[in-house]
Amino acid sequence: MTNNTIKVGLFIPCYVNQLYPQVGIATLELLEKLGVDVYYPQNQTCCGQPLGNSGYEQDSKGICNLFVENFSAYDYIVGPSGSCIYHVKHHFDILEQTPEVKRVRNNAYELCEFIVKILGKTDLGASFPHKVGLHKSCHGLRGLKLGKCSEVQGEHYSTEEDLLKEVKGLELMALNRKDECCGFGGTFAVFEEAISSKMGKDRVQDHLDSDVEVLTGADHSCLMHMEGIVNRNKQPLKVMHIAEILNSSL
Amino acid sequence: MGHAQKATEFNKDEAKVNWHDKALWYVREKRDKSAHNVQGWEYLRQLGSGIKANVLSNLDEYLIQFETNAKNNGIQVHWASNAEEHNTIINSILEKHNAKKVVKSKSMLTEECHLNPFLESKGIEVVDTDLGERIVQLAEEPPSHIVLPAIHKTKEDVDVLFQEHLDTKPSGGNPEYLVGEARKHLRDKFLNADVAITGVNFAVADTGGVVVCTNEGNADMGVHLAKAHIACMGIEKIIPQEKHLGVFLRLLARSATGQPITTYSSHFNKAEEGKEMHIVIVDNGRTEQLSREDFRASLHCIRCGACMNTCPIYRRSGGHSYDYTIPGPIGSILSPGKDLKKHSSLPFASTLCGSCSNVCPVKINIHEQLYKWRQIIVQEEKQPIVKKSILKTAGVVLSKPKLYKMAGKSARFALKHAPRFMIYNKLNAWGKARDLPEVKHESFDEWYKKRRKNE
Repeated sequence: MTNNTIKVGLFIPCYVNQLYPQVGIATLELLEKLGVDVYYPQNQTCCGQPLGNSGYEQDSKGICNLFVENFSAYDYIVGPSGSCIYHVKHHFDILEQTPEVKRVRNNAYELCEFIVKILGKTDLGASFPHKVGLHKSCHGLRGLKLGKCSEVQGEHYSTEEDLLKEVKGLELMALNRKDECCGFGGTFAVFEEAISSKMGKDRVQDHLDSDVEVLTGADHSCLMHMEGIVNRNKQPLKVMHIAEILNSSL
Repeated sequence: MGHAQKATEFNKDEAKVNWHDKALWYVREKRDKSAHNVQGWEYLRQLGSGIKANVLSNLDEYLIQFETNAKNNGIQVHWASNAEEHNTIINSILEKHNAKKVVKSKSMLTEECHLNPFLESKGIEVVDTDLGERIVQLAEEPPSHIVLPAIHKTKEDVDVLFQEHLDTKPSGGNPEYLVGEARKHLRDKFLNADVAITGVNFAVADTGGVVVCTNEGNADMGVHLAKAHIACMGIEKIIPQEKHLGVFLRLLARSATGQPITTYSSHFNKAEEGKEMHIVIVDNGRTEQLSREDFRASLHCIRCGACMNTCPIYRRSGGHSYDYTIPGPIGSILSPGKDLKKHSSLPFASTLCGSCSNVCPVKINIHEQLYKWRQIIVQEEKQPIVKKSILKTAGVVLSKPKLYKMAGKSARFALKHAPRFMIYNKLNAWGKARDLPEVKHESFDEWYKKRRKNE
């Protein structure tokens, strides 16, 4: 299959759609640049994760069914959010496992993983002359296994690093704690406000201590949380989704 | 008071939070180094998990086998279905020996059964001989960690505590001095104890013996000096054969503290000449947990504490915020099975980051069990009305594309145009320490539609 015969259903998570259109735009443009056929089903809403993680999985069935309805026609479903994709792959077990549901679960990919694993590319021709810190989202790292987490023994690998290393001028900075959670956690951010904020503050500080100029990651929910802290404290750190970096030619 | 409120309290002293976080992260990093130096570490975890699964599937037979072999060794075996029976059995053994002074090495089970206050009410002195446990006992607090019971206390705190209880001189928190004084104090307790109580790390079915792991040698010291030894164990402590210790002893200490092995791994197979040895085997809710398919694997736990050391929430909220004998991630999947209502906030005290499941030496899928408990809690326990109505409404709105687009548009409009005091106030927990995202002039949907039109 050549790239332009691959039909990709573009999944733009609800909060990205509403609050971070630039991340959706970068994702779409990037996929088009890579020559795949991208479709954006316009009736899409959400993957149901906010409900599932809060214990309201039963109330999310309508959302999950709508997701399957929107995306079952495509070869791949690609989205710029590891945790939403993880939810589709792992928690759509609450639905009856019809061929459509199975297909959607099997073919859902986080953007970086899709580019590296399915398209087999790492050099996307991007340039971004900045010191970058990579936040590895937990659902991407430990859920989708986009990289090796620090707890587990084995060879180091990281899908996001593979892509960032090929970006011209980009300097990837080493962090003190390379894969600690940022503390977003969905409704955790609100119902465990004190710990959530403290975790975010500590993550941001690690990036600052490591001379990072731009904090990036493959999950914009983590980034939204950390950006909230950066903006509140007026810290000298820019926050950008990895799709924006991979799509840039500065 | 749920976990969130207790965690908020703990976070009022940020310097202490930082110190607590760093102390435990240091242990986590030590664990990484020591574990990853073992060739085949992941295979070892797999073996540990497999052996535990086998034990849980054949627990009835292994327990009987263990009892038979222990009895053949002259050990007296007692069965307790709950905490009350456990405490009563121990008290009756103590009465038989006319024991008034007891030394006890670390045992989370006796904490779970609230043995100390029970025995104290019968006029018996119980002294916890693990240094950390002695510290919290003197402070009249429960342990805040299962391996490092006094990790919430600084050396300066201990200095003050010892001045009050052990008549020490102010030392500005000099660890050598304080440990020396604790040793003197405990030596006296060891020498005068009538009975020694210990926990059990592993009970070997085919030998009828038990293994107790300590770093301080306090279990041995107690047992060798007292007339009788009582070892207390939960039914899940069984391992089939002695050779399986080769798996678990390697996993346990590395996961717990990053040591290759505990300083003392003591095998108690029978009583010394002229003395008595008792084993109390306790259920106390474990059979019920075993019956819950989704949560059965929580009984694999070998109490290493690695999930606590790695948990970013535990490190920043302290063990006491969990208000359960076993704090941290493992406690958050064990406690709801004991009392769903009381512990209903614990499965939510997590971001589901999954670090706990990845450090667990017996591969308990802790974060997946947290997710499952959440579903049960929402069904069975009364939920805060605001949270409930928001999520139920979201369930409806997000399943109807038109409604969703409308809601998105109006929410963005409100966020963009409402005055700051309406957005940042005490109803908005997000906004306490974080700004909300800056609203762009259009959503991705709207941008995409325009782009299509222009094509």
